Amino acid sequence: MAVFIQTVVAGILMGGIYALIGIGMTLIMGVMKIINLAHGQLMMVAMYITYVLYEYVHLDPYAALLITMPCLFVLGAVLQRYLLNPLIKVDSILPENQVLMTVGIGMVLTELARMIFHSDYKSVRPPYTSMSLYAGSIAFNLPMVIAFGIAVLLTIGLFLFLLKTDVGKSVRATAQNKEAALLLGVNAERITIFTYGLGAALVAAAGTLLLPIYYLFPDLGGAFTLKAFVITILGGLGSTVGAIVGGVVLGVSESLGATYISMALKDAVGMVIFLLVLIFLPGGLKRLTKI
Amino acid sequence: MSTPFFECHELTKDFGGLRAVNELSFHVNEGEIFGLIGPNGSGKTTVFNLINGYYPITSGHIRFQGQTLNGLPTWKICKLGVGRTFQVVKPLRRMTVLENVMTAAFNHTESLARSREKAMEVLDFCGLTDRKDESARGLPLGHRKRLEIARALATEPKLLLLDETMAGLTPQEQADGVALIRRIRDSGITVIIVEHIMRVIMSLCDRLLCINYGQRIAEGSPEEVANHPAVIEAYLGKD
Amino acid sequence: MKALRWQVAVIVAASIIFPLVIRSDYYQHVLILALMWVVIGSSWNLLAGYTGQVSFGHAIFFGIGAYTAGICATKVGMSAWWGMILGGPMAALIGFVIGWVCFRLRGPYFALATIAVGEIFRLVAVVWRSFTGGMQGILLIQSFRSKLPYYYLALFLALACIYAIHAVMRSKWGYYFIAIREDQDAAESMGVNAFRYKSLSLIVSAFFTGMAGAFYMNYMAFIDPEVVFSLHHISIMAILVGIIGGVGTLWGPPLGAFIMVLLQETFRSAFFGLAPRWVSELHVLVFGLLVIFVILYMANGIVGDWTKIQRLWSSKAGGGASAAGKGS
Repeated sequence: MAVFIQTVVAGILMGGIYALIGIGMTLIMGVMKIINLAHGQLMMVAMYITYVLYEYVHLDPYAALLITMPCLFVLGAVLQRYLLNPLIKVDSILPENQVLMTVGIGMVLTELARMIFHSDYKSVRPPYTSMSLYAGSIAFNLPMVIAFGIAVLLTIGLFLFLLKTDVGKSVRATAQNKEAALLLGVNAERITIFTYGLGAALVAAAGTLLLPIYYLFPDLGGAFTLKAFVITILGGLGSTVGAIVGGVVLGVSESLGATYISMALKDAVGMVIFLLVLIFLPGGLKRLTKI
Repeated sequence: MSTPFFECHELTKDFGGLRAVNELSFHVNEGEIFGLIGPNGSGKTTVFNLINGYYPITSGHIRFQGQTLNGLPTWKICKLGVGRTFQVVKPLRRMTVLENVMTAAFNHTESLARSREKAMEVLDFCGLTDRKDESARGLPLGHRKRLEIARALATEPKLLLLDETMAGLTPQEQADGVALIRRIRDSGITVIIVEHIMRVIMSLCDRLLCINYGQRIAEGSPEEVANHPAVIEAYLGKD
Repeated sequence: MKALRWQVAVIVAASIIFPLVIRSDYYQHVLILALMWVVIGSSWNLLAGYTGQVSFGHAIFFGIGAYTAGICATKVGMSAWWGMILGGPMAALIGFVIGWVCFRLRGPYFALATIAVGEIFRLVAVVWRSFTGGMQGILLIQSFRSKLPYYYLALFLALACIYAIHAVMRSKWGYYFIAIREDQDAAESMGVNAFRYKSLSLIVSAFFTGMAGAFYMNYMAFIDPEVVFSLHHISIMAILVGIIGGVGTLWGPPLGAFIMVLLQETFRSAFFGLAPRWVSELHVLVFGLLVIFVILYMANGIVGDWTKIQRLWSSKAGGGASAAGKGS
């Protein structure tokens, strides 16, 4: 029983980080109506920045958040402005141009990382990473607890931003109904740039928080992009609350899968969930069927 | 009592909490031009979308020549003889006018030659022959609307649903449109037409149904309906 | 691009005599790969370019074809060449099932589903060691020392594939495919059973891709999950081949196949030995940059944007004369 609770707890803690990944992606999906297949790669970039800061400047990863989030915000905004926004006007046979573009971006980011850092696994292990907090016989891995806590804070901050500030409301308006938002004077182009930056910043936070408990290599991006998609699908597209739910569900499922089935198949869990949702919850995915 | 050519019986459509069509019942006789009118947002296009299978119904029946239509997929409904145009026209942009109509003409044939033959007939009927090799993308609005009708005709419908085909046309184009619709009826096709332009409705329709909030408010001959107090109120509001 | 009859005849004739003239194993190999990609790219194009269903998972069909051939040899005791007969139908069958599940999804969501299914197949191939050999893959002995039989087989496959697509697109199926691509709702209202025709497109597409996979098994004599079910090296490569050449055109993917394979080999061999060794690691990066460039500036590919390219070219070369409005 203790094992079960331990597993679930680990899953929930991980779910916090997954939620950040999912929220970022769902915002991008909601506002721009595109699937960002470079999402995981953006996270990877943040993780490499964190790694470099740790290795060379000895900056604690959690402090690095203050650098990676703005950096990725800028990177995301630039990518949106120069590579993605121009595509809205292009009339090509394949309507999936924006998605394909994010694939290209993802490939370039991954290969640049490989060129600079090579394919070997890197990790960041500040001394406190092996510490745990205990509640009874249940161990809470310290970095995961910190990550979860910061993820919660960031999520609350994000919600306040979306609900209370003008920019936040513009983002929500554009996500709900672009035409109406335009009529109300929202500068849709700027909002899309901002949103992509915001999504990138969130996933950067996820990556920075993840680094102390995971390992880093260039192809990480692809794997996490897939996870991001599973999270968003689980929770319902465009729903920030849903992304949180999806993140926790995926975290717990993977954790259970790792403990009770096999460590190696952990990543397959996400894929299987995705397929099951596809097959058995077509009602929940109704929004997918008519764009 | 014989089976009506086309009928809707207590047709209802809910979108979540919103009832867009409310137990609407009406019938259409073979060979007539039946008009469906109502103020903006009254549910007219929704009714078409229900008939054509584009939306699933919440409750009620739709029957065409004795066959139940609700629950069937859109393509099957087309094969059974119900054709439809869209209010916001949907040309197949990267095909030519001829190819657009040929695609529709394949509805009852597998043969390329037969489909081309049929398409040419329909283009001629609709006056689009001289534009047949133009890309649908570049057509002016009036021609795009006519292409929309031509495509529906090429599927060899027995019942044709026309959704606001006159909107945005010049008076001359409208007159040509009216003449075309009369020719369509004269060739043996029953027509249900949704329209806003009163002049068109009054001159074309044999019978009218006026709806508001998805419910019937008046039905009868054009004169009866146009002068019905409830209809006037729906359009102009209460004094 | 209408009847380029004689140009096609010249190209076909040249391809037939090519390996008799160029005896180098290496160049023959490059061309065999290019021909294989003609098949995969054209098949992808049938589903994505003509029918509008953008698959990011064509590796599934390639891998199924390859493993069908491989498993014939390792598990069933038959020759892997039986894979050439069974690989296509196997892939087509799986394709049908995938379509049945995934076609309810539109646009980018369909694309995503294909990625996920592709990853699942790759993971299954890795994990189901007793059946597929897991990460060790399948290693066979090549049937022929010379590359000639493989070359002509690949050439035959490529020509058969192009011809089949050409025939399909000129028939009712072709009109329906394009209608579905242009406007699925309008198509349905014209009596097109979208699900049925999307499935047909997918079946043909999967069939030929599966054949290519079976061919690959027989030619390379070695496969493993990372190679044949690869998202980047097969699925995305197929997309690149399609978009560079020109989606929705018959000769776009073949052109794209030759360009991409040439590009790949140029980088892999570090400009045929002329550049420093680290250049050989660059080809995926170059592919990524190519995707970005093509989508931004030549979304319809070389063949699709041919008139645009011609105009750009003549305005640069002709200078003032063109600008003075010679007409197009």
